[in-house]
Amino acid sequence: MELILEGIAKAASLLASLDREVMAITWLSLKVSGSATLISLLLGISGGTALALSDFPGKRLLVSLVNTGMALPPVVVGLFVSIFFWRNGPLGFAEILYTPAAMVIAQAIIATPIVMGITVASIQNLPPNLRLQILALGATRGQMVRLLVREARLPLLAGVMAGFGGVISEVGASIMVGGNIKGYTRVLTTATVMETGRGNFDLAIALSLILLLLCFAINYLLTRIQQRERPR
Amino acid sequence: MNQWQRLFFSLLIAATLAVTGICDSAAAASKTLILATTTSTQDSGLLDVLIPVFEKESGYFVKTIAVGSGQAMAMGEKGEADVLLVHSPDAEKKFMDKGAGVNRRLVMHNDFVIVGPAADPAKIRGTKSSAEAFKKIAKAGSLFLSRGDNSGTHAKEKGLWKGAGIAADGQKWYQQTGLGMGQTLNVAAEKKGYTLTDRATYLALKKTLGLEILVEGDAKLLNIYHVIEVNRAKWPKVNAAGAKAFGDFMVGKKVQEIIGRFGVDKFGAPLFFPDAGKKPESLGL
Repeated sequence: MELILEGIAKAASLLASLDREVMAITWLSLKVSGSATLISLLLGISGGTALALSDFPGKRLLVSLVNTGMALPPVVVGLFVSIFFWRNGPLGFAEILYTPAAMVIAQAIIATPIVMGITVASIQNLPPNLRLQILALGATRGQMVRLLVREARLPLLAGVMAGFGGVISEVGASIMVGGNIKGYTRVLTTATVMETGRGNFDLAIALSLILLLLCFAINYLLTRIQQRERPR
Repeated sequence: MNQWQRLFFSLLIAATLAVTGICDSAAAASKTLILATTTSTQDSGLLDVLIPVFEKESGYFVKTIAVGSGQAMAMGEKGEADVLLVHSPDAEKKFMDKGAGVNRRLVMHNDFVIVGPAADPAKIRGTKSSAEAFKKIAKAGSLFLSRGDNSGTHAKEKGLWKGAGIAADGQKWYQQTGLGMGQTLNVAAEKKGYTLTDRATYLALKKTLGLEILVEGDAKLLNIYHVIEVNRAKWPKVNAAGAKAFGDFMVGKKVQEIIGRFGVDKFGAPLFFPDAGKKPESLGL
């Protein structure tokens, strides 16, 4: 219990003093996971909408695969991304292993199925006649898709939160493809693991609290947007 | 443009900016150096002191990947690291025999210690020989936590069991954590078990552990660190110049002095003893 209080005190002092290293680590976490989430939104929402609105043999299988991808273990993604980006691996020429860019790629791979799966579910959850109605009113296909996405924005924002939450909190992939390099690829989760290993539990608790605070701030913002846009 | 299109486009722009911004910050490859090393050099804080000095002097950007010695050498064998700082002499010799590395140089040493709960159920306290202590632990069936991760410490521990003539693997009292040294010490503290640890990590964590040093000083418990440059002839992408610069740096006079002083202010005793230029035999191997 004492330790937790020490951790809270440490977190408060790190935040109050704007400790440079901790601020840099927090900023990098936000940058990496934020970029990964944005990429996953582009891929996930467009892919998910296309999947939900189209009809073809094997669609169920594909949707099942996407849904399975929502449970993609970060360490598995980390392992495969590492192998691909090894210097002597198939994508080694890119020379991005142990860089923040590699972390963004790994996290985008983790978040995309989450966003896509939730997109498919939310588009399919719209009243089936809505599509016909929109088309009957003379909308083009593009306009229809936009209207449907707009209608599904509440659950879609939940997808954004789930995707971001999935990647900001993961450690397996970040440590494997990023390497936890001080001042370069060290993010809140990997720093927490390292400080725990070093026995600096107060610092580890402080970093965890900062991570929770960051997640809360982002989700609060997204929830505000979501609830303001509540359809009447 | 309606509001949702605007949102979509601003997302697109933000994503592009974020990614390019991150890529820009990646240093040029020829000036980066991948150092694969054991966890003890990072967890003790030694590298936090040395790496900035090296980066400033040489202009290289060092990517320190702290894993076990076993994994570090596996990375070296695949050409995925440029230089290694490891402490698993037998495995290192095999690594060199395969031609995976060049220019293996002695850097420093400290020692392993056997730690355990103060109650010491197997009564090993003060035992002079590590083999004797391991025999007592096995006989008493007291819990022993092994790293189980092919690290240098794990390799040393396996050698000690072998030397004591005990097949510990699979015994009920022998558990493998598969974790780093710091975490394994925490597990040992929680479960009140024995474990083998390098002195540096133990001292760095001592305040939270409640484990005591029970056996120390056996010549077999020596813990020796070498720097090895990965063989460029085998892997053309290896940054050989950077690796050599790092090796030279580690055995240089100035760094050797820093190593000898490291930890004195915090623990009252050095965590590592500089050994550059010495023959391993002179350490009692």
